[in-house]
Amino acid sequence: MTQSNNRKLTIARAMAESVAQEMRTDDRVFVMGEDIGELGGVYGNTRGLLEEFGKERIRDTPISETAFIGAAVGAAQDGMRPVVELMFVDFFGVCFDAIYNLMAKNIYFSGGSLKVPMVLMTSTGGGYSDGGQHSQCLYGTFAHLPGMKVVAPSNAYDAKGLMTAAIRDDSPVVFMYHKRLQGMGWLGTEPGATVKTPEESYTVEIGKAAIARKGSDVTIVSLGLGVHHALKAAEKLSEEGVEAEVVDLRSLVPLDRDTIRESVARTGRLIVVDEDYHSFGVSGEIIASVTEHDISVLKAAPRRVAFPDVPIPFERGMEQFCLPNADKIIAAYREIEAG
Amino acid sequence: MQPSLEQKLWMYETMVLSRRCEEQIAKIYMEGKTPVFNMANGTIPGEMHLSDGQEPVAVGVCAHLDAEDIVTATHRPHHQAIAKGVDLDRMMAEIFGKATGLSGGRGGHMHLFDPAVNFACSGIIGQGLGPAVGAALSRKMQGKPGVAVAFIGEGATNQGAFHEALNLAAVWNVPFVCVVEDNAWGISVSKAASTSVPRNDVRAASYGIPGHYVEGNDPYRIHEVAGEAIARARAGKGPSLIEVETFRLAGHFMGDAEGYRPEGEKDALFEIDPIPRMRQRLLDDGDASDEQLSNIEKKAEERIEQAIRFARESDEPRPEDALTAVFAQA
Ligand SMILES: Cc1ncc(C[n+]2csc(CCOP(=O)(O)OP(=O)(O)O)c2C)c(N)n1
Repeated sequence: MTQSNNRKLTIARAMAESVAQEMRTDDRVFVMGEDIGELGGVYGNTRGLLEEFGKERIRDTPISETAFIGAAVGAAQDGMRPVVELMFVDFFGVCFDAIYNLMAKNIYFSGGSLKVPMVLMTSTGGGYSDGGQHSQCLYGTFAHLPGMKVVAPSNAYDAKGLMTAAIRDDSPVVFMYHKRLQGMGWLGTEPGATVKTPEESYTVEIGKAAIARKGSDVTIVSLGLGVHHALKAAEKLSEEGVEAEVVDLRSLVPLDRDTIRESVARTGRLIVVDEDYHSFGVSGEIIASVTEHDISVLKAAPRRVAFPDVPIPFERGMEQFCLPNADKIIAAYREIEAG
Repeated sequence: MQPSLEQKLWMYETMVLSRRCEEQIAKIYMEGKTPVFNMANGTIPGEMHLSDGQEPVAVGVCAHLDAEDIVTATHRPHHQAIAKGVDLDRMMAEIFGKATGLSGGRGGHMHLFDPAVNFACSGIIGQGLGPAVGAALSRKMQGKPGVAVAFIGEGATNQGAFHEALNLAAVWNVPFVCVVEDNAWGISVSKAASTSVPRNDVRAASYGIPGHYVEGNDPYRIHEVAGEAIARARAGKGPSLIEVETFRLAGHFMGDAEGYRPEGEKDALFEIDPIPRMRQRLLDDGDASDEQLSNIEKKAEERIEQAIRFARESDEPRPEDALTAVFAQA
């Protein structure tokens, strides 16, 4: 057990471990989704669960998202604690009613007399040429609509703790995991997401951001894969004496505005990095959270590095042209410097 | 009714063309992905869903279609696209992500659009059904000829869109045919584990339309059943549902280890590969000579090589072109 604290896990394994630990102690927890049983999830995040818990509690579903996500809501309201998977967030199109009009609203409609303890886990992100229906993030879309908590971890430690917190939460939680952080070599993976992860069960509080790197000259706010771009940009900026602070949001709903404001108040400069579309989304919300609170803390106009408002192109060069990266973050800092 | 000799030879040629296409793509897909397999890398990045084994469905149906007829296809679209007459050079260039591709590299292999032959496909399961019904409605409203065919996989029959679209097509009596390619698997989930009925043709009864099940991945039978359904639609007698027993000889996508398949299942499928079977049948029935068929095969190979040459030699799009073509051109 002394080994435990030195053990590194991928996000995929951290998610599966969290679910398994909760399933061992709570009979109400079960898993539904496409290819989550025998296959262990296309992104590996349910691997080993079928073998341990069997078909009754690890349920491969038909390709019927409206039915099984709606069913998760019904089961959650009836005393179960389902963990349900939407294979790619892009597929929300076929089943969003079950998510935002049902899962997200029934607690409110019942005046708080109902609980909807369920987790909707879903994969996000591009960068591996999967085209415009398999590469989106849609963070802003989910976070915009009231009634569901939304988390998006950047590393395995947070993924495990957030998943455990999500399963134990009596409100619906959307758990958005980035495909390029899963530790699946077959679509390319960011090594920085595979970190030391305790074996014992623990939670990471939903609604609390983390300072991924301390700095005093500029605040870079991001989530998921963007945190790793931000950390890389920060390292490069550091070589020229600029110390960037990196805020890892971890949760979008609730949004930890205090941590963002406190950081920007110290640095006076703000860059938001978001792989989701530029307009009407997370990046605008972060900037508004700062400016509407106290615009005087800013020494320069805030900048955002986000995906342009176009569908995600297939071809590598075009997709990379659109995606955030460390160089674009550094360029945004240069613009801030230039005033 | 058996297909005409001309139709038979077209079907064989198109099946071979499709197979050579998939074989070449499979090979080229691995360029840049060894020794470490990473989907993001190589000449053809991204997901790749190949149609090996399912060719009889595409040719049996499309033998009855002209350019003016509409086809919506799936995430596994190459056989359907080739059978519908999609521009092969530009299709290949799109798969490679080249500027000369059908969408200039914006779409990729799951998003092939060729308006000249009314072909489109999509990566969302069941998404093509609505647009096919709508195109059929449009022809009816405009008094123009044409039928619309939506190809889907058997996994899509459990999607709401399937049931909604069939009802809509039936209640509005539009010239529409839904063709289900039953390859028994939706990624790792078997039809038996996911579908409440063994065969989807019975579901046609829910919408008051004819339903057919075609066994044996048999191009001639498919041709016959599809011919009747399409003729019926053309005559204004309304939609039909056809499910065809087929199989995929490829993985769900390139890189799929297929551990979910029972031991031996895959090997048995190669034994009944529809292409050598059709070849033998053409010979046995005296429909073609060995030499004739070899010529067809050689021609198909050359045609695919030409498409690949075109794709390889084409320029990449300019990265900033990602920002164009979002809205309709003036
Ligand atoms: C709405 C939706 N849900 C899930 C998926 C993921 N997915 C892609 S292919 C596939 C299996 C499809 O099975 P089937 O329709 O039988 O076609 P096949 O792949 O066997 O050709 C799944 C689940 C998707 N693309 N769209």
